[in-house]
Order: sequence, then C-alpha cells, then structure tokens
Amino acid sequence: MTTKKVNRSRVVKRKQSRAAKPSGEFSFTRDMIPNFSNGSAEPEFLTQYRIRAWDAFQKINLPDTTQEPWRRTDIRKLETDLFSLAGEGSSETPEVPKELLLPLEGDKDAGQGILTPQGVKVYLDSEISDQGVIFTSLVTAAQKHPEILAKVLGKLVPVGDDKFAAMVGALAATGILVYVPKGVKLEKPLHSVLWGPGVGRAHISHILVWVEDQASLTFVHETASPTENGQTLHAGIVEMHVGQGANLQFIEWQSWGENVWNFTHKRARVERDANLDWVVAATGSHLTKNFSEIDLVGEGATGRMAGLYFTDGVQHLDHDTQQNHLAPNTTSDLIFKGALEDRSRSVWQGMIYVAPDAQKTDGYQSNPNLVLSKKARADSIPGLEILADDVRCTHGATVGKIDPNEVFYMQSRGIHLEDAERIIVEGFFDPIVQRIPYVSLRDRIQKAIVDKLD
Amino acid sequence: MTGLNINNLHVNVNDKFILKGVDLSVKQGEVHALMGPNGSGKSTLAYSIMGHPNYEVTEGEILFNGTDLLELSPDERSRLGIFLAFQYPVAIPGVTLANFLRTALNSRRRANNSEDKGIPIPEFRKILKEKMDLLEVDHSFAGRYLNDGFSGGEKKRAEILQMATLEPQIAVLDETDSGLDIDALRTVAEGVNALRGPDLGVLLITHYQRILDYIQPDHVHILYNGLIVESGGPELALQLEEQGYDWIREKFQEVAA
Repeated sequence: MTTKKVNRSRVVKRKQSRAAKPSGEFSFTRDMIPNFSNGSAEPEFLTQYRIRAWDAFQKINLPDTTQEPWRRTDIRKLETDLFSLAGEGSSETPEVPKELLLPLEGDKDAGQGILTPQGVKVYLDSEISDQGVIFTSLVTAAQKHPEILAKVLGKLVPVGDDKFAAMVGALAATGILVYVPKGVKLEKPLHSVLWGPGVGRAHISHILVWVEDQASLTFVHETASPTENGQTLHAGIVEMHVGQGANLQFIEWQSWGENVWNFTHKRARVERDANLDWVVAATGSHLTKNFSEIDLVGEGATGRMAGLYFTDGVQHLDHDTQQNHLAPNTTSDLIFKGALEDRSRSVWQGMIYVAPDAQKTDGYQSNPNLVLSKKARADSIPGLEILADDVRCTHGATVGKIDPNEVFYMQSRGIHLEDAERIIVEGFFDPIVQRIPYVSLRDRIQKAIVDKLD
Repeated sequence: MTGLNINNLHVNVNDKFILKGVDLSVKQGEVHALMGPNGSGKSTLAYSIMGHPNYEVTEGEILFNGTDLLELSPDERSRLGIFLAFQYPVAIPGVTLANFLRTALNSRRRANNSEDKGIPIPEFRKILKEKMDLLEVDHSFAGRYLNDGFSGGEKKRAEILQMATLEPQIAVLDETDSGLDIDALRTVAEGVNALRGPDLGVLLITHYQRILDYIQPDHVHILYNGLIVESGGPELALQLEEQGYDWIREKFQEVAA
C-alpha cells in the first residue's frame, strides 16, 4: 500500500514548535482512552494508533500564536481543565432538533447516522447495504470491519500534527466509517449529524471515508449544538480516500453553538482520475481553527473546494486550506467566501503546493470577503509554493464592503434598504450554496445566513 | 397636478452646480425625449428624480401626482410608480433576475400590507413569462444572475423587462441606447414601444437622435449646461441630427457664461 508515502515529507508544512511553554493542560488521563473490544479483543492496530496518539498528546504543547498556523488565532482563553469527555454521565442532554434530522431528499435518508453523547445510531437502507456499502459507527467498524478501518485510520492526518489531532487520535469515542466498494455508485446521499451539547463537555469525533476505485458517493456531515453559557469543546478529524476514477462529494456544515471551541483536521487523498467535490459551510462556534487539505496523488485527479463562512457577534473562524498537487495533470479549484458582521473575525490562509514532478498542474484559489461592519475584520492570506515549471496557478483574495451602487440600484426597484443588504449577502453566498444538491439543506443554510443579518 | 412635475430644480454633485433651474413636466401617456451634449446634466436629472444620495437638491421641487418626491427614499419613490432604467445597470452577483423581481414586487405588496405573504410563485412565474414573451426575451434570462456577465444589449433588455414587470407610471430611461449596436437598439426600442400606452409616461434621455427613429416622442427638450434651453416637437430632434449641438452652444453661450 502506498498510503504512507503520500509525499508528505515533500509537502511544505508550517513547522510545529515544541519549545513553547504549556499554556494550559487538559485533565484527560490515559485510562480515558476508549476501548471498542466489546468482550473480544480490540484490533491491535487500533490500540497501537491510540497509544501513539496519546504519547503525542502528552508531548505536544497547546499551540500558541508564536506558531505560524496559529498566529492569528489565540486560544489562551480556552479553559482546558474544564472539559470532561462526552459520553460519561451524558444521559440528560438536549435532544437533537428535528430540523437537523430532516432527510436531505424524499421521505427518508438512504443512510443516516446520529452521533450524540449517548452514542451513535446508524440507519442504512438495505438496498444499499446489500451492495456492500458500510455506513457504521467507529465501534462497529472496529468489531466488524477492522481491515477496512485499518486502511484509512490515521493514514491521512498524522496524530503529531498538533495537540488536537493527537487528542482525537487518542480519545475519539464517536465517529463514522463510510465505505463504498469498487464500482458501486450511490445515487442517494449518506447523512450524518454530530450533536454536541453540554457546557464543559469535550466532543471528540473521527470520521473516515473510503471510496473504492470507480465508486461514487455523496456524504453530508453536519456538526451542531445549542448555544449555551460556558465553553464546550469539539476536536475532530476527517480522513477521506477517493480511489482511482472514483467520485466523492463531501458536504459539511458546522453550526456549532456560539460557545463551542472547535478544532478540526480534515484531509482527503484523491487518486488517479478521481474527483473530489468538497463543500464547506461554517456559521457556528465561538472559535474555530480548521485545517483542510487535499492531496492530489494520482495523475488526472481533481479536487474542488467551495466554502462559505459567515461570522457575527464575537465569533472567530480560522480556515487553513492546502491544495497539494503531487502528480502531473492534476486540477484544483478552491473558492472560500466569507461575510462578517459585528465584531467578528475571520482568517483564511490558503496554500497551493505543486511538487517538482507535478507538471501540467492547474491550481486556483480565491477568497472574497464581504465586511458588513466597521468592527469586523477579515484576514486573507493566499499562498503558492510551486516547484514544477509547467503549471498554471492563480489566486485572488479580496476584502470589501457592500457596494453602495448595488444598494441604490435595488432601492430604485422598490426594495427596502435592509432587504437590499440581505439580498446582496445571500447572492454573495449563492454560488457556494448552489453546489449543494439538496433543497432542504440549502434552505437551512440560507436561513442561518438570514438569521445572522436580522 | 398629475404626472411628474419638476420645478426650478437645482442640483449639486460634489459641490459642483450641475442643474441650475430645470422645469419639466411629464404626464402619463406622454413620451418626452431629453437631449443634450455630454456634461449638460442629463444623467444628473435622472439620478435626482430617483433620489441617488450623492445628488444634492439645493433648490426647487420634484412632484409626482402632487407628492413631494424629495422627502422620499429611492425605494419609496419606486413604490409610488417611478422607474429608472440605468445607463450602466449594476450587476447583482448571485441573485437571479427572477428572484430580484419577485423581491421587488413583494416589497410593493408589503409596503401596502405588512402582513402580506408575498406573491405566490406560480402567479409570479406567469406574470414574468407574459412580460418576457411581450418583449421577446428568452425565458432562460430569468434564471441568470442579474446583469452578471450580461452583454450591453442584454443589460438594457433586462432593464426594460424590469420596467415591464414593475409597471411604473413614469419611467426615466437614461441613455438606454448608449453602447448598443443597431440590432440591439431596435430590440430595446421595440420593447419600449410595446409598453407604451396611456398609463405610462416616459422621459427618454439620449445623446443621439437615432433611438428616436424607433421611438417617436411627443415632446423633445434640449438640456444644455444645466438648463432646458429648447422645447418642441419631434422636429427639434431632427434639427439636432442635421446640425449637431453647435448651434445650441452658440445660441446659449451667454447662458453658459
């Protein structure tokens, strides 16, 4: 298997500094490492992975602003010692709101996973499971499908990336494994919802997706919670493999409560002639630091990423994106659009990396921002690192305000001033929202956008 | 007093005097052409009627059916029945022409009744389809983001389609002919003619006579240096076509000074 040599060493990563002073410690202990054995023995690779991650978690300090990826995101106010793992004594938590569980299309989702502190409930249409598709909790995956779990677990996001990646590796008790066998083309989407309420709770999730060669999947993953008074923590990893000639559309929406501190690492590997279409919507959390990476490892691979974030109040959302062209004739296309209200803040830091032998690469990244308030601030930092000579890479980043000419034009048609702003913001996000094929999800995201404007 | 009545209008833009006492009346059912050389203040008049915030009225009045428009915001003016077709229509990325027009119609309904639930979508579709057929506009137009990537001709046709849907009493067309080739010009002019009728008054602002070959005006006015210096019938436009604006410049030099 080539999994381990994803040319990682050749990818320029922002280096971790291990010399920084610890600025806070979590009260997690080694005995909190979950065990999925359920009577029989847990697969050895899983135990080893967690121990490796735990060791990393012990060694690595909490990141601080002296480290380049964290320079604009200060987490000193994170009350590290407040958190206990979700799951322990979690019997009384708010129920998952009904609208989160609405099917994406039709009367019922073909596959739906609900991840709560009480555990993971998964439903999968038998028509789909009969085709060999796996859509199940991490626990079940460890018991019934260890060979598949072993292919992807920890293969894309190294547990040594930072404190939070290590935390997830060691302590993730909740998660989903999605597996689509070779040549199976799922027309209906699979849908999972992580519901993470509770002040002082740490929700630690690990999502794994493996799409075999020539297979096809749309997977929608949502993370959400109510806004509560006091800190809640989410740390998560998403690892995705798109096999040769396969298609994956991955749609994620985080609408965490505005008390949640959200730390996520997501990485996809796209093989020869495969397509990844990744749609990101981020409207929630108090603070987010998210790393999203696409590795285009096979010739002819394509990775698209369309993202939107909308912040208000004192929200702080920081998205790091990396498009790694590691093979010739690969294409990446990234657009992240942001709007900001009140005193909120956003950071987008993007990098297109082109390896020396990745000739005929076509890479694109752009990050337009619409700043709706004088006190809001958007930082936009595009980046290119090109080691091949026959490539086309372009990028653009803008930070602007609403154009008064647009407002006047709309008013001249009888549209009220306050509606004009709403329409402009909705229109700004519309090309991203339209990448989502499901009306019910689009409507919910659009409603979240409009709610922030009211 | 019916229609649009402009009396002694003085307008400043960035502390420059542009309009210096304009008098003009446009009634429903009439088509007025307002002509003049570049810089005479034609677009300033158009924007002032619509209420652009950068145009400061220092003296005079604009009345619509007796209501003082200067007290009203641009959206209120629109909802009363004033329409401006822009010389340079603004792109609204991400907003389809259909959604934009539905919002505009709903703004009118809500202004009359705050409880209004908005125009039912099937009814709106029917209206829009009728208007597109009337103006011979391809139906795919409705689903495109407004003016985003439109050609010059498409933008002007989108303006006329908006006008047809919003059904104003007074429409100001600000150099709707500018930048159009002869085919596009004819299409746009045919659209205006299709909407012409006893309920619509038009103030057609133009630099060139050629659009008047297609849209026959009832009255022609010449704006020069911030004042209407000549008014007459269609023959005045023909005189301009033959002689250009030089005789105006010579005749009214003293006004300019």
